[in-house]
Amino acid sequence: MIRVEGVPGLYAKRFAELETQCSDDGSCWLGPLRQQAMQSFEAQGFPTTRLEEWRYFDLGPLRKTELHHVHDRERVNLRRETLAGYHVHCLPGALLVFVDGYFEPVLSATRSLPAGVEVRDLATAIRMQPDLLGEHLGRYAQVERNAFVALNTAMLYDGAFVHVPRGVVVDSPIHLMFVSTGTRGPTVSHPRTIVVAEEGAELTLIEDYVSTTDDVYFTNPVIEIALAPNARLEHYKLERDSKKAFHVAGMAVHQERDSRFASTSISFGGHLVRNDVSCMLDGEGAECTLNGLNVIGEHQLVDDHTRIVHAKPHCTSEELYKSILDGFAEGVFNGAIVVAKDAQKTSSQQTNRNLVLSRHALMNTKPQLEIYADDVKCSHGATVGELDEDASFYLRTRGIDADTARRILTYAFANDVLGRIVIEPLRKTVESELFAFIPVGLDTKQPC
Amino acid sequence: MATPLLQVHNLNVEAGGNRILTGIDLEIAPGEVHAIMGPNGSGKSTLAHVLAGREGYDITAGEVLYEGRNLLELEPEERARGGVFLAFQYPVEIPGVNNTYFLKAAVNAVRKHRGETELDAMDFLALVKEKMKLLEMDDSLLNRPVNEGFSGGEKKRNEILQMALLDPRLAVLDETDSGLDIDALRIVARGVDSMRGAERSFLVVTHYQRLLDYIVPDHVHVLANGRIVKSGGKELALELEEKGYSWIDDEVVKEAR
Ligand SMILES: Nc1ncnc2c1ncn2[C@@H]1O[C@H](COP(=O)(O)OP(=O)(O)OP(=O)(O)O)[C@@H](O)[C@H]1O
Ligand SMILES: [Mg+2]
Repeated sequence: MIRVEGVPGLYAKRFAELETQCSDDGSCWLGPLRQQAMQSFEAQGFPTTRLEEWRYFDLGPLRKTELHHVHDRERVNLRRETLAGYHVHCLPGALLVFVDGYFEPVLSATRSLPAGVEVRDLATAIRMQPDLLGEHLGRYAQVERNAFVALNTAMLYDGAFVHVPRGVVVDSPIHLMFVSTGTRGPTVSHPRTIVVAEEGAELTLIEDYVSTTDDVYFTNPVIEIALAPNARLEHYKLERDSKKAFHVAGMAVHQERDSRFASTSISFGGHLVRNDVSCMLDGEGAECTLNGLNVIGEHQLVDDHTRIVHAKPHCTSEELYKSILDGFAEGVFNGAIVVAKDAQKTSSQQTNRNLVLSRHALMNTKPQLEIYADDVKCSHGATVGELDEDASFYLRTRGIDADTARRILTYAFANDVLGRIVIEPLRKTVESELFAFIPVGLDTKQPC
Repeated sequence: MATPLLQVHNLNVEAGGNRILTGIDLEIAPGEVHAIMGPNGSGKSTLAHVLAGREGYDITAGEVLYEGRNLLELEPEERARGGVFLAFQYPVEIPGVNNTYFLKAAVNAVRKHRGETELDAMDFLALVKEKMKLLEMDDSLLNRPVNEGFSGGEKKRNEILQMALLDPRLAVLDETDSGLDIDALRIVARGVDSMRGAERSFLVVTHYQRLLDYIVPDHVHVLANGRIVKSGGKELALELEEKGYSWIDDEVVKEAR
């Protein structure tokens, strides 16, 4: 690792604060984990573009931004009405709202959860459930692999905790809303989410990153997911940050036998966005599906790094990532598939398709297959293209103007990923964001 | 004779550095059906595309007037709204775009231009189902992406469905009969024939007489090497079917002498 610089003052200061206040908030048992993470972050430093994994992700603008942590006492009082405009319309189920990294009980509602299901803020869980949490926290998201996972762990304070006991099915989606207000100068937050689904448990989870302003801020979330045998999680991530935001996220999924994980990640916002996703298929028959859709323009950059490890035989993984790039936008897709020596009968499919709408936009795509087993079925494919001229001409010969044709075809490009959003209200929200990007005369406003 | 709906004068077209059309002259009066026949690669589709406004062709000489106005300066969508329709030889598949959505967008774009009210979902569905019945099309094609995975025959019917919905004044049908089985040909041809009227004209590109049994043309033209080398009445098509194109070459050669 190349060490670039020491830990910036604000992180060192925050770290010290957390250490001192730990006896008040009951988080002292996290001390060793935080310390180890801090050391790891110190050793790694912020990655530079000289590192292969960070080649296209220039952190310069983030480093130049003077950030600060919001303190408990100076939290922004976000009004319910302000937030209402950002809700996923008609979405049933539990809602946890975090404002600048802190849980906001007044804006949250954990209604109609089946008995035994826990959906709460991580700060409370840290205080109340050190045993259960201790089994999972920091086990899947590894600090040595990624400086930003290390940073999140060193700054660990609040976030969400979701626990579904054995055999319980949660019908309605659990919606985690991470709101950044950015009103008091550039802020930084490090929300951490832990999801534990016990054997045979089923749930749907939405991570939603929104901003109520257009300002600069930095969100550094990490989510860890543990799926016991036969557990199922349908996961969505909606990243609709401000166009000036920095968003550097990590997701680590650990899957046991016959578990199923399906994730759809949608990015519209952010100036610099990075998603590091890692899935460990650690039991036979586990299935992992990763979908992604990035719709960006201007000078936005979204960098998706996924890594799926087939550690056991008979596992299946499927990936479909798409980007629509306009303006001067830049996209990165790096999809690593690792098949361990014993992981025979692995089936893995990876597709990355990209639509470039402007000649200044750029896509960097790279599959990365490391296959050590011999009896496997692995395929991958990547394309970067423009709008289909023939299709556009066809639409125009039917009276549809050139601009509308372009929009229809852009929407069509995204359509298959949209189709994978099973939750209708969420799909509508994503569609309306997409229509804001490419206004199409489709009516999406419908009653619940 | 009524003023022609379409007038093509000395049309010369190049693409990719090749001369494809070399001096086409053609006049189509309202209500007339003209058939264009000719060997593969003679320029039939090029003519159709140029009329519809496809990019990528150089018009090096000549003019095209539609309703007396310069057609070539209009965008493809303006031509469509003005009543020019092209049924594609190879209809384009558009994954991700629902056929109903597409058809409705097209119908409403054209209606809007004509100052008619746009159809809502219900009215549109009623209209499209009525037209589909005429063409004996399966309703399920409405819920699929435009032309994607359609059989050859389904694609061609979808073209004629669009024609029926858009109600054009000039319909250019580029080999609509190719790829149709005998029953489908009859259905499609009758559908086209039922749209004949004093105000609507057709330019029908085909290789076969069998289509012209249903849609009896007023004029038949033979296009070879980018030129109309012979024109005649409906009997010309029969003669071509019987003798092929080579005798024309001989005739043209003789004339040239
Ligand atoms: N964009 C282009 N660039 C170069 N050559 C072209 C282009 N478009 C057409 N051509 C050529 O022009 C000639 C006429 O093509 P066209 O498709 O008009 O023929 P056609 O009469 O419709 O043939 P068919 O009966 O096979 O459909 C062909 O030789 C074709 O290869
Ligand atoms: Mg042709």
